[in-house]
This record gives sequence, structure tokens and C-alpha cells, in this order.
Amino acid sequence: MKDVTGQKVLRDSRVTLAHGGGGKAMRDLIESVFTDVFEPDGMEDQARLTAEALAVPGARLAMTTDSFVVTPVEFPGGDIGKLAVCGTVNDLAVGGATPLYLSAAFIIEEGTEIALLRRIVATMRDEADKAGVRIVTGDTKVVGRGSADQVFITTTGVGVIAPGVELKAGNVRPGDVAIVNGVLGDHGACILAARGDMALSSDLVSDCAGLGHLMAAVQAACPNVRAARDCTRGGLASALNEIAEAAGVAVEIEEDALPLRAEVKGTCEILGLDPLYLANEGRLVLFVPEDEAEAALAAMRSVPEGEGATVIGRAKPAPAGQVTMRTLFGGARIVDMLVGEQLPRIC
Amino acid sequence: MRYVEEFRDPKAAKGLLAAIDRVVDEIGATAENPVYIMEICGGHTHAIFRYGLDKLTPAGVEFIHGPGCPVCVLPMARVDECVELAEQEDVIFTTFGDAMRVPGTKKSLLQAKADGADIRMVYSPLDALELARRNPEREVIFFGLGFETTTPSTALSIQQAAREGLTNFTVFCNHITVPPPIKALLDDPHMVLDGFVGPGHVSMVIGTHPYDFIADDYGKPIVVAGFEPLDLLQSVLMVLEQIRDGRAVVENQYARVVPEHGNPVSLAAIEDVYEKRPSFAWRGLGEIDESGLRIREKYAAFDAEAKFGIGYGAEVERSVEEPEGCACSQVMTGRIKPTGCPQFGLGCTPEMPLGALMVSSEGACAAYYQYGGGRAAVEAAE
Amino acid sequence: MCLGIPGQIVEITDESRLMAMADVSGVRREVSIAPVLGAGMTPGDLIGEYALIHVGFAMAIIDEQEAAETLKALEGLGEAQETLEAMAEGAKALEERA
Repeated sequence: MKDVTGQKVLRDSRVTLAHGGGGKAMRDLIESVFTDVFEPDGMEDQARLTAEALAVPGARLAMTTDSFVVTPVEFPGGDIGKLAVCGTVNDLAVGGATPLYLSAAFIIEEGTEIALLRRIVATMRDEADKAGVRIVTGDTKVVGRGSADQVFITTTGVGVIAPGVELKAGNVRPGDVAIVNGVLGDHGACILAARGDMALSSDLVSDCAGLGHLMAAVQAACPNVRAARDCTRGGLASALNEIAEAAGVAVEIEEDALPLRAEVKGTCEILGLDPLYLANEGRLVLFVPEDEAEAALAAMRSVPEGEGATVIGRAKPAPAGQVTMRTLFGGARIVDMLVGEQLPRIC
Repeated sequence: MRYVEEFRDPKAAKGLLAAIDRVVDEIGATAENPVYIMEICGGHTHAIFRYGLDKLTPAGVEFIHGPGCPVCVLPMARVDECVELAEQEDVIFTTFGDAMRVPGTKKSLLQAKADGADIRMVYSPLDALELARRNPEREVIFFGLGFETTTPSTALSIQQAAREGLTNFTVFCNHITVPPPIKALLDDPHMVLDGFVGPGHVSMVIGTHPYDFIADDYGKPIVVAGFEPLDLLQSVLMVLEQIRDGRAVVENQYARVVPEHGNPVSLAAIEDVYEKRPSFAWRGLGEIDESGLRIREKYAAFDAEAKFGIGYGAEVERSVEEPEGCACSQVMTGRIKPTGCPQFGLGCTPEMPLGALMVSSEGACAAYYQYGGGRAAVEAAE
Repeated sequence: MCLGIPGQIVEITDESRLMAMADVSGVRREVSIAPVLGAGMTPGDLIGEYALIHVGFAMAIIDEQEAAETLKALEGLGEAQETLEAMAEGAKALEERA
């Protein structure tokens, strides 16, 4: 049965264990909620892909996978579906690959509202369209109440790396310039407030965004871009530490160059957190040779996700593996990897 | 004025640092023969490292990081008791995030949570109170932790619970006070301190007079300081000027927040709700007379010790030996630097803290490790 | 210890329980104003004031005049240092010319 919009009608308003049973209820759920929106080619158990880009000699296939859990599943500026598409697209993009296809697997908790699933799936389609990728295959499982938190999503992405492209952290050399594409920590601070247990409120919106177009623009403008990392869990500090370690260089950033919104600073002051470790979902740090820095900035600023692009520091020869920050009035401190999770503190 | 950025102005910092240089020269202090200044408060320790102030001040000034981190000085036995309370049926155990990772003898609260205890991080005791209102069938226990800054907030929450007649809200009181450990440090024969930077937020509650004994009886200067980098540098300058001039008085750099006589409402709430314990155990410092607070008899209904028969309220006195090889007490009294401890970065890291000062990010050893290149130094040595 | 930060009291949210909304750089949190409500004051008198916030309590009203005086002293030092540096530069320039 379909309604006037052509969407299949489901009798239930919530997911039940029957929707995971392998029978007609499951098929109805999959067709009504997922395949009608994602529009995969046919209903085989596999996606059959053609990738002309791969036929070029020297081209490589890039593949990545990531699981997404977030509380709450919907938050200002996005939802778990947006995270699941952007996160995997970004993992491909920062490695220099052009993202092409995604798979999406859903673990759904019994009792989850079907309307919520529909909203999540719609955002995923939207984001996939924006990023120029197709969601070609997927899976659903239903688990009992309490065995998951509404919905968990795993996405796997494939993309193609053009011949000769080699972006990796180990490429970074002393003198290279570090650039971020916008204000930091919005996502982390937004989620902290959205969880509600600290009773904070603000107008912050998650920075969640796909960065494929931004990376394409940078790669077109800067032939020698060395490496990029998305600053997700562990924030900018973790991304920089990984790069410093892999490249055997020091990284020095300037505190007064870090783009931070007042509300992010406020959240950090209240809870005693360090914005360098707050998660981002649409931010990356990029290393380019000094003579390509201007071109990189211009290319980044030419796309909406890079409007706030700015230089934050540079790589130095020594001490290898160490990230330091010049503080506002010339002091220096080491920015180490995070130990465990950042917990709010009072003292 | 927003009272934050104004006190982080690099231009003013330059002037302060130049003045500090001059006074250090006038005193004749050098790297070999430095002036030892203790910042009592862990918040100050944190700020010193966060802004790299230790690297900006001249070699003739050496910071000794004091005992003012309530998480660091919490004995392991008290963490064990928290876990015991939290693991009871029908209990929601609430705590500030700081205490989650502190190791007990068996586990931390974070591990107890993973094992199934209902432990929740809160920003305020008011949030614990709200949980009690919303969960009348559950017992909500708040872990009361901290110095005089935090003590009134717990007292006011207990008073509020009493007004509302809540019967499912208690506090596991581990509040401690600043002046007694300072006295204990000053009485230590190995003490090398020349002056103190005083805890600004403790002082906004208790005022500046509780420190009079430091100047009057021990002849040491103390300057109550704010927490922005300029506040700290100015306070260091004021301590140095006192030393140069041979003076020892209590001065207040943080007058915008700290009234001479403290906060009357907070002091009244403290007086109403708590009384001094005869003594209290500090991790790294041992038992210190009259350094801890307990809830008065009239609020026994809100006292987790009375209600659950645990902690200092219990018949059995528990004591847990400090781990072997831990040199926290020597670091705290300024006899050695964190890096001088044989366990630093080896048997004792922020991931697996052995001693008190590695436990919280405000502890001197953790700050050294995290901001001061401890990890790098240890790795290089390997 | 004792993380405390300045926030502006922007609204009284519960007059009987002495609760108010504080704003820290655009982040809002409900706090108790019990500690800063002086004798003879009503909660509304606090609107617009900056308070030092600690664990959900306004613990002190920040004294604007004292803050200004501290800053003035700091600025004085900064300017004095600039003058000294300018003089040193000048002396150096003279030496180089000679």
C-alpha cells in the first residue's frame, strides 16, 4: 500500500522486533523507510559498481568504514545520519580520494519511532547528494529495548585516488603551513549542551559537513598538498599529534590564531574543558608547503565549508613528534594527546 | 567589561614580566638560589602551565605547586567508600567529573560505572537535588568534594533539601579547608618556601583574614590572586616586592572578587551545616588536625555517613597505605620537582596514576606531564 | 582548585528559590543567586551584574571599580615597559649612528 506521495505506508509507528524477523514486516520497513529514499539499483544482496575512474592506470581504490553512535541522535545542525554520511565521506576525502559510494548498516533499537528513522534517512540522502556519493547497499537489524540507543549506523565508503596523488601524514616537512577550514569545537560544545545533563544552553550548531568538495578544490589549487586530517574525536590536538608523530616533525600552533566562537570558549570555561580536544565533524587540518599556503586558503574559501579557513601554525624540525602552542603572550605549552575522555571539572 | 580578556592582555604581561625581572635582580635570586613561591591552588597550577607562565618568569623564581587540588589529596579509602555507596541497590551516585577517574584501591568511579553502578556526572549539587526530586523512589547521593569555594554550594543545597523535606538526598561529605594544610607545610622542617600566591576563589568565601597567621606567625608574604594570567603575574610581582622589602603581609590582588571578610551568606551556610572533624586524612600529607568538615547532627538525615554507616562516621577506621615509591609529599613540600620522583612517567602516569599529584589535571605532576613535556622527556630518556 | 568564571545575570527564573539565568559568552546556565543577594536587595537588582559562577552558584558580584583599578595599574606597567624599550631602542640607534 502506498500513500499519495508514493511512499509505502507502514502500520506501525515504532519499530518492533517483527521488523527484524526476516519476514514481510522487515521487507516493508526496508522498502518504505530505506530503499524508497536511497534508490539502489535493484534489490540484489550486493551493489554492482562501475568506476571508470578506476580504469585509469595508477588509480587506486580507497575504502574506509566507521560506526556512528551519538546521544542525542538529533541535535542542532544535524543528526546521526548526517554524521554517518559526512564522517565516511570525510575519511575518504582527507586521504585524497574522490568519494563515490557508501554502504549503510543500521542497528535499530526496538521501540524507535519510524518517523525518526525517516528523518535520519532523508538527511542521509540529502548529504549523499550534496557530496556526490550514492548509498548503494545496506542492512538493518533490530535489537531489543536497551540493547542500543535508538539507532547506530555503520557506513563504509569507497572512492578513487587519482594516479600520483599521495596524501599522508608522513609527508609533512618542516616549514609546511597548517591550515584549518573554520571555527573549532562547535560540534563538541553543541553536543554537550544538547545532552542536557549539564543544563547548558546556547545557539551553537554542529559543524557537521562533508568536505569532499573542499578537498577537491585544495588538490586542484595546490599540487603539493602534503596531508589532511579531519579533527573528529580528540579534536585538533589529536590530529596534530598524529601528524607530528607520523612525520617526525614538531608542530607549533599559535593560540591567538585559533578560530573559536565565544560560545565554545564559554562552554569550555564553564566546564573546565580545552577546546583543542573538542570533537568536530566538519573540520580538518591541512598541511601545505609554504609557497602554496595562499592558494590553499583561496581554494578553501571558495567553498562554503572552507569560508573560515585560516593558518594556525606550522611544522618545525624539532623536537620530533611534539605539538606545542605559543600562548597569547609568548609562553609555550605542550599540546599532548588526550588521556581518556575529557571530563567536566570544577577544580 | 567581561572580566576575562582584559586580564589576558599581552602588552600588560610584558610590563609585568619586566618588573618581575627587575625585582628578582634586586633580590639577587638566581637559578641556583631561587625564590620559592607556592601557588596553593590547583587552579593556579593549571593556569601557570596552560599559559606557560613558568617559562616566562625568570630562572630566579621557582613555583612550588601546592596541595590545593581536592581530587589529588583525596585518600584512596574515600574513593573505595564512594564505590561502595554507588554500588548499592537503588542508588544514584552523583559527582563532579573530576572525581570519576581517581583510582581507589580496587577501582575508580568510572570503572564502577562500567560495572553497572548508576553514577552520574553533575555540574552542580543543585543538579543532584533535581535528580532526587525527579526520582523519589531512588536514593540520590552527592559526593561533596572540594575546598571552601565549593563547601557553601553543598551546604546551601542541603538547606534547600531540608526546606523541601526531601528524604532521598544525602551528601557524602569530604569537604576540606585550606588553612590547616598550609600550617602543616609551614611547620615542616624541610620547608623552603619564601612566599605564597593565595587561592582567589576560596578567599571570595572566607575573606583574607584566615591567612593572617602566615604573615604574622611565620613571617611569609601571601598575595590572594585571581586566575587570569595577568592576575597571577601581578601577584607574583607583589610577593617578590614584599620579599625584597623585607615585609610579610596579606595582600589582595583579586579585590574585584574577594571581599576582605568573605561572603556572609556562604559563611553562615557553612556554619549552619558543618562542623570541623578532629582530623582528616590527606593523600600525600597524612592526617591533618581540623582540616575536614562533617555534617552537623541536625542535618543527619542528609548525611550519607550517618545514613549508610560509612566513612569517618563508621565505627571502623580505615586507612590505606600510600603506594610504595610515591614521593608526592616531597613534591608538595617543595623538596623535589615532579621530575625528581623516581616513579614520574614510569610507574606513575596520567593514564595509571600512582600518586595524588598525577591524578587530576590540576595536580603538579599531571600538569608537568601534560603541559611540561613530561612524556617527551621520559620517552627521550628511554 | 575551584574553577570560577564571570557570567552576567540576565534573568530571574525562580524568585522563590533564588534562581537566575547567567550568561557566559552566549552560553546560558541556571544558577543560584542566594550567596550574592545582600540584605535589603531583591533578585531583580542583580540583573545586568557580573557574578563569579562556581558549580551553579553565583558566589560573588564582581566589583567593576576594583577591576578597573587593577587594570589601570597593569596598563601603567605595560606603558612604562614600552617607554623603557623605546628609550633602549633610541639609545641603540644613537650608538649605531656614532
